Amino acid sequence: MNKHTKQLSKFLSTGFVTLIYIFLYLPIAIIVFFSFNTSKLNVVFQGFTLKWYGVMFQNGDLMSALKNTAIVAVSSVIISIFIGTLAAIGMFRYQFRGKGIVDSFLYIPIVIPEIVMGISLLAFYHILNINLGLTTLILAHVTFSMPYVVVTVRSRLSGYDMSLEEAAMDLGATRLHTLRRITLPIIAPGILAGAMLALTLSLDDVIVSFFTTGVDSVTLPIYIFNKVKTGVSPDINALITLIILVTLLIMLFIRNLEARNSNKGQA
Amino acid sequence: MSSTTTAPAVLRPEANTPKKRMPLSQLVPLLLMVGPVVLWLLIFVAAPLMYVFVISFMKKGTYGGVVMSFNFENYLRIFDPLYLRIFLVSIIIATATTLLCLILGYPFAYIIARASKRNKGILLSLIMLPFWTNSLIRTYGWIILLRTNGTFNTLLASANLISHPLQMLYTNGAVMVGMVYTLFPFMVLPLYSSIEKLDRCLLEAANDLGAKPRRTFWRVTLPLTVPGIFAGCIQVFIPTLGYFFISDLLGGGNSVLVGNLIRNQFLAARDWPFGAALSILLIVFTIVLMRVYKHFGGSLENIT
Amino acid sequence: MAQVPEKVMVELRNVHKSYGENKVVKNLNLQILEGEFLTMLGPSGCGKTTTLRMIAGFEDVTAGEVVIEGENVVNMPPYQRNVNTVFQNYALFPHMNVYDNIAFGLTEKKVNKEEIRQRVGEMLSLVQMNGYEKRMPSQMSGGQKQRVAIARALVNRPKVLLLDEPLGALDLKLRKQMQVELKHLQRQLGITFIYVTHDQEESLTMSDRIAVMNNGVLEQIGSPDMIYNRPATKFVADFIGESNILEASVESVEGDKLKVIFETGGAEVSASGFKQDEMVYISVRPEKLKCSTEAVPGFNLRGIVKEHIYVGSISKTIIELPNGQDLKMSLLTGTPLLPQGAAVWVYWEKADTVVLHTQEESLYNLIGQVPKFGVSV
Repeated sequence: MNKHTKQLSKFLSTGFVTLIYIFLYLPIAIIVFFSFNTSKLNVVFQGFTLKWYGVMFQNGDLMSALKNTAIVAVSSVIISIFIGTLAAIGMFRYQFRGKGIVDSFLYIPIVIPEIVMGISLLAFYHILNINLGLTTLILAHVTFSMPYVVVTVRSRLSGYDMSLEEAAMDLGATRLHTLRRITLPIIAPGILAGAMLALTLSLDDVIVSFFTTGVDSVTLPIYIFNKVKTGVSPDINALITLIILVTLLIMLFIRNLEARNSNKGQA
Repeated sequence: MSSTTTAPAVLRPEANTPKKRMPLSQLVPLLLMVGPVVLWLLIFVAAPLMYVFVISFMKKGTYGGVVMSFNFENYLRIFDPLYLRIFLVSIIIATATTLLCLILGYPFAYIIARASKRNKGILLSLIMLPFWTNSLIRTYGWIILLRTNGTFNTLLASANLISHPLQMLYTNGAVMVGMVYTLFPFMVLPLYSSIEKLDRCLLEAANDLGAKPRRTFWRVTLPLTVPGIFAGCIQVFIPTLGYFFISDLLGGGNSVLVGNLIRNQFLAARDWPFGAALSILLIVFTIVLMRVYKHFGGSLENIT
Repeated sequence: MAQVPEKVMVELRNVHKSYGENKVVKNLNLQILEGEFLTMLGPSGCGKTTTLRMIAGFEDVTAGEVVIEGENVVNMPPYQRNVNTVFQNYALFPHMNVYDNIAFGLTEKKVNKEEIRQRVGEMLSLVQMNGYEKRMPSQMSGGQKQRVAIARALVNRPKVLLLDEPLGALDLKLRKQMQVELKHLQRQLGITFIYVTHDQEESLTMSDRIAVMNNGVLEQIGSPDMIYNRPATKFVADFIGESNILEASVESVEGDKLKVIFETGGAEVSASGFKQDEMVYISVRPEKLKCSTEAVPGFNLRGIVKEHIYVGSISKTIIELPNGQDLKMSLLTGTPLLPQGAAVWVYWEKADTVVLHTQEESLYNLIGQVPKFGVSV
């Protein structure tokens, strides 16, 4: 390949990738754009204003939905991480009868269409006469997050050296102490990755939440879904813009952290 | 294929122990660690699915409850041409979405995988970033863009390219755009992972043996990334069948897919048994697809 | 040599270990004395590492007892046993620096900070790693990591130190240096070292006694000198150093004098415990083999000089017997060599003969009692 062909292909590649990224960010861009619109309708840009960023906080339902989303996300992530990490370590360390079955079962929530998971939980709650609310929502989120945590942590575990645990026990640490002082600190990056994944899944979820939310525990996506039929006011756009901003900052922060960790020369 | 027995026996003394009874000192920690997950799966996955299976054979009650009388009606109803048409359209849209994602996604993943180390991280993060905003919100963005008085129409009109607004929203086309948009990362990530893992030496060997870049791609790169392609396709196709909110928001009443159908049974129509039967059908379909996937060498690890 | 009085520090009584159908250690009986440097030597898969791990507590015992200082520890987890292990791959905790690694056992025992500082400092001096306190394992070489691993084990003042092929990953020069250092360390501290290796040279260099294992069975236990010059079985004769092994049958027994017949000759040797017409192995080390152009009384073994191999400070002469078997004779380079093709009589000092039974199982297991030679001090 001569120089010209290389340049051409580089140009085409960059162009293609850029177009795709534009495609990916178009809807987001338009929402952000209209968050500054003076008009109440997301139709034509009439003037620039920041008022919606203030109005947003006065929208009780919106704030309540945001709060619910946060509560559900944090709670479900904590529970999934706890249960999932323990399971990943246990499955890595021990061989037992039925391990293959547990493994297969773990993949069901991953593979199955979300709508099936949603309606099955709805039916389940119904027959047990459990009222739909934040609790049912959190339980549902844990159910679809946890397998991802197990799989993520387990894949990070594959390089783990068991002789480290033997060394710890040899030096006097009980199994619990070994877990706390040796195992967990070493697999912490894997756990963090699992947590990030669980958080993403929870924040992004629409379908399962749709079926397992109660009237009082409306989360952000459900709130917006309902509003789309009647008309979405720009204060929602403002909130979304802020969320995107926060997400961006968190992502930069994490990347910074990762970069620093790899420089420290840790295992 | 199983990822569970990777550590060599030297590192894992228990690996050599046959499946005889475990000493209590090992059984207790094992139960404590794996027990919660197993319990959770039984209660929140196995039990609900079993229940759904059971009510798929039941009748709908007058006021929307479930009447316990065993019958196959729900499954027979599925063969009604009305519903068959819905399945057909759903599968067509799912297939088209998958193909589009693949055609756009493969080159995209390829280019990123070949990028410099520094850029790779940024580019990947840029794909993941939209994810953190709920997919529903992003779908709403498409409504703003595509509707009759939406951004596209406004721009096209102001550039005098059209005389009256195009009907973009509430069409199957819009639904497809929404599906491709939402599921695109699910295609890109497995593809990227598969392409990235390619040993450069293989490509150099092919070049060394006389294959020009294009031939190398067809004869070496593509075949070796087939697992990634499979994983990506599975991860796009199956969800498409269930993403009712995209067809709801972007297709309106004009687009009823399997997902919408099921949703309606559980909400408006209050025919839970029928909805259950449809769900079971969806599950069976998923299982069949997974079997096909595994038959062609797909592995569960690629799907995450 | 072990000191008097000889207290038994670790004892394995009738220890068996199986993985399902696979018997890895068979009826092992072993006594390890206080303050001795004992090496368990054998090829891969002979059970030596498994035995070490059973003493440490990482493996369960299928049957038998492991007794440490008089107490049967079979049901005791590793963290309660008063032994410490040095691992082959060092097993340093990657997320802790050198100081924290070494202090680990002490922090588990809740020793106070001042004492920890003092003891860790002592250890670092002992292994010559002063100044490395803040280093992370990923920043150190193999040899350095090994020293830290040793310090980490020793700081806990165990009665017994278990070493699982600790020098296996080091290059030759470093290995030889560490062998000497470890030996000095053991002498200095006076604690029991149980050392596992497959390198027979290493074991001969470092040990007070060597326990040779093969296929889960203890072939012989004794001082390096005993093991080398008086191997009890064909395996030991073959495994340690080089050996010439001749199959023979016993023609006659007269007190402790045996007349044996080879396929191609005969000889008179000194040994006891053998019966007439018994099949035996005669083992002679290459450096003990001699040949002459004239017949030697008491020996009737003839051969032809086949070739000479030059190995630096030693020259090996290969002598071919009429039945095709080759015997190896090693001489210091410079000693006049017999010409190729010369017909020679082969002989050796009677005292250098080793006569071995041809049974497959080790003597220990067949007879059930400790035979006359190869007995522990």
